Amino acid sequence: MDWESVVGLEVHIQLATRSKIFSGAGAAFGAEPNTQACGVDLGLPGTLPVLNREALRMALTFGLAIEAEIASECRFDRKNYFYPDLPKGYQISQFEAPVVQGGTIVISAGEAEQRIGITRAHLEEDAGKSLHEDYAGMTGIDLNRAGTPLLEVVSEPDLRSAAQAAAFFRELRALARYLRISDGNLNEGSMRCDANVSVRRRGATALGERTEVKNLNSFRFIERAIRHEIARQIDVLEGGGQVARETRLYDAERDETRPMRGKELSDDYRYFPDPDLLPVRITEALLAEARAEVPELPRAKRRRYQEALGLSAAEAWQLAEEPGMAAYFEAVADAAPPRRAAHWMMDQVAAALNRSGLDIAACPVPAAQLAQLLQRIEDGVVSGKIAATIFEALWNEGGDVDAIIAERGLRQLSDADALTGIVAQVVAAHPAQAQQFRNGKAKLLGFFVGQVMQATAGKADPKQANALLLKALRNP
Amino acid sequence: MNQEVLDKLTRLAQLALAPEEARHALADLRAIVDLIDEMQTVDTEGVAPLAHPLDMEQPLRADRVTEQPARERYQAGAPLTRDGLYLVPKVVE
Repeated sequence: MDWESVVGLEVHIQLATRSKIFSGAGAAFGAEPNTQACGVDLGLPGTLPVLNREALRMALTFGLAIEAEIASECRFDRKNYFYPDLPKGYQISQFEAPVVQGGTIVISAGEAEQRIGITRAHLEEDAGKSLHEDYAGMTGIDLNRAGTPLLEVVSEPDLRSAAQAAAFFRELRALARYLRISDGNLNEGSMRCDANVSVRRRGATALGERTEVKNLNSFRFIERAIRHEIARQIDVLEGGGQVARETRLYDAERDETRPMRGKELSDDYRYFPDPDLLPVRITEALLAEARAEVPELPRAKRRRYQEALGLSAAEAWQLAEEPGMAAYFEAVADAAPPRRAAHWMMDQVAAALNRSGLDIAACPVPAAQLAQLLQRIEDGVVSGKIAATIFEALWNEGGDVDAIIAERGLRQLSDADALTGIVAQVVAAHPAQAQQFRNGKAKLLGFFVGQVMQATAGKADPKQANALLLKALRNP
Repeated sequence: MNQEVLDKLTRLAQLALAPEEARHALADLRAIVDLIDEMQTVDTEGVAPLAHPLDMEQPLRADRVTEQPARERYQAGAPLTRDGLYLVPKVVE
């Protein structure tokens, strides 16, 4: 039987504000337990929430970037449920009148681009963390995260495969980082994802019964968990059974989803308007401020890299994914051949960053120096191989490309007369190999090039050495 | 509004009502629902929904950290803490 899968994602994005969404407590990650939870976050009597302007501005920036509708007013509601890491017994969220409605995110998952509809994006507060390690048979509660601003982005059920779902998540993360509304740090839980998954026979228009898969916090898990859940549902249906509407947790260790227990009552959240918060007016001034924070977006960047700079789709993807990487690349490509710049970024620069565990923002080689180095390869002043050693020197000791070339005598020997002499010496020193070459052992040319390189400490222009060697070997 | 709905609501609100309290609650809630039913009959054509009784806009806070850590003070009233964590009866997911 031919099945089609239908997937929608709900992604919680932690907004990178300094303080909480409704209080003046700090929102940094990794503080000592409960040192960043103030009276408002703890839900103490007599406290009142006041909305963080920057959280609202970030939500608006996101909405504008995905070309959503932004109403002139949004409101906050209470979502009621009991859990120890939710001190008030309700979460302040947006139900009836979210800040962002509609909009589109365009993904490309190997195939052509695809437009994924966004149903809504709303502001809400995060809950604290329950630590289930054993505290004398009890659960530990850290409320530092309580009140951290979240933007929950809900997609339409427009995704048709696990790979597309992962591509959507990836695009959303890139977008959040470009817009500087989140650090997108998956290890710290800055983006968390739930998936609504159903299957139906291909060609059917009605949706099948869906399950919600929770706890998908990495690209790999999203794809694996959804693929697994699709296969499970098809198995159930082909075995004559029915998919039960339920919430399932993904267990990465066992690579399976299993039903969550004790959820039968929790679907009834009894939302109602939060009387502690007034309707929020979205002013023109606020919108203008939000609009000013929308830069060139990843998709536009990728297109420009391909069309204007001649990069492949894969290269454009890799370089445009992280805004810091893209900015560095553009600075280099401004003053050096773009394709060479792209290759160096993905090869030497990426490898060196990886080795040293550094982020591109902390790259010790300024973009201008790398550009100069690549320009020297272009000019024929140094070979690619010598350039790699100069790059290493720049990385470890700093300095100026031209000064390093001059001081260390790294200028490529492209003076034909000097090189011709060396070539003649090398050929004369290896008469047996020269004879073998003439007898047809063509691959010996590589040996001679190697000898010339050795004799010139790598400074010979390989192309020129090749040509001169051929001439010398063929016409003794 | 009947006993079944009341049972569901008290369960969701995690309230344990004595039979006498439950009888009162049911009567009160019925009266409230009746009042709402009556309000529903009012013609509100052309009247904008009221989101909040105060005719004001939500003031906004600048994104500044104004609260200093005061864990000891906040945890002074907690029944049980350890390593800076609040301890609660084991929660099984």
